[in-house]
Amino acid sequence: MRALVDHPSFREGFRSGAPIAVASLILSISFGVLAEPVMGVAAPIVMSAIVFAGSAQFGALAVLAAGGGVVAAVAAGVLLNARYIPMGIALAPSLSGGRWRRALIGQAMIDFSWAAAARSGGAFDWRFMLGATAPAYPCWVAGTAIGVFAGDLIGDPEALGLDAIFPAFFLSLLLSGEASTGRRAVIAALLGAAIALALVPWAPPGVPVIVACLAALIGLDRAAKRREAGELPEALEP
Amino acid sequence: MTDVWLTIALLTVFSAVIRASGPVLLGGRDLGRTATGVIELLAPALLAALIVVQTVGGDDGLDVDERIAGVAAAGAVLTWRRNAMLWAIAVAALVTAGLRALL
Repeated sequence: MRALVDHPSFREGFRSGAPIAVASLILSISFGVLAEPVMGVAAPIVMSAIVFAGSAQFGALAVLAAGGGVVAAVAAGVLLNARYIPMGIALAPSLSGGRWRRALIGQAMIDFSWAAAARSGGAFDWRFMLGATAPAYPCWVAGTAIGVFAGDLIGDPEALGLDAIFPAFFLSLLLSGEASTGRRAVIAALLGAAIALALVPWAPPGVPVIVACLAALIGLDRAAKRREAGELPEALEP
Repeated sequence: MTDVWLTIALLTVFSAVIRASGPVLLGGRDLGRTATGVIELLAPALLAALIVVQTVGGDDGLDVDERIAGVAAAGAVLTWRRNAMLWAIAVAALVTAGLRALL
């Protein structure tokens, strides 16, 4: 633990995660404000502490607030979290150690820290990812508590334009990220955006992002080309 | 009230399993060049989709509002200075809030 926290990658990730932690604080305050009338005082805070997934929490809350049942609320949350399956698969080759250790590292995946930890060539700096998630977690839980207890004191987050913060964050990550350089990455991004845009009007929340992950399959073409060029052996799997 | 706690319990379990699935099942394995070619494009594809969903997505499908102008302004800042992340998000919030106050 000591070695991890002192590792340069963790520290670098921690620094990069500070701004997103502030944004998480603001977003979780609005979660607390919205959740308190539906879920009471303790439940939203517990939820933030053990689910720790913004979109899934908002999604499940929206279903409960509309009078939907447990199954519908959980289904909405799961759908909004399903993108962590491909994200986890991408992260997996970069992880070492036993199963429990890897499972634990996987829990630290949040969109921002996962994307910021992506390196060129499909590798992930997992220490960086843990560092980037570290400041966001306490802010997420504390923000929820602030929203629950002091929601009335805080104005409407939308009036402050705070819902534009996260897309702006992801945009800056997309434009400056190490993993998004090169023509292929630009095509994958444009294709992913187009798929999401086509699905947003009618697909259930969560689905557009998962389907957009398929844009990464254009990478198969690249592997085929490399093989043709003789850069890759015919049999790729051991 | 029980519904709320049951939802939280189930969502906690499902979320933990979802996040653990890739790392547990495929952890530490070299997935081969073919899979790596796909994996390295996942971050840009996913980020772009998240940007779209969070800019024009609402509770019920499409929700076009002032966020578009805010995110576009952030894009302009980032075109000018690629690493100006904090400026970009500040401008995004300011433009969105400003337009909401005016319109």
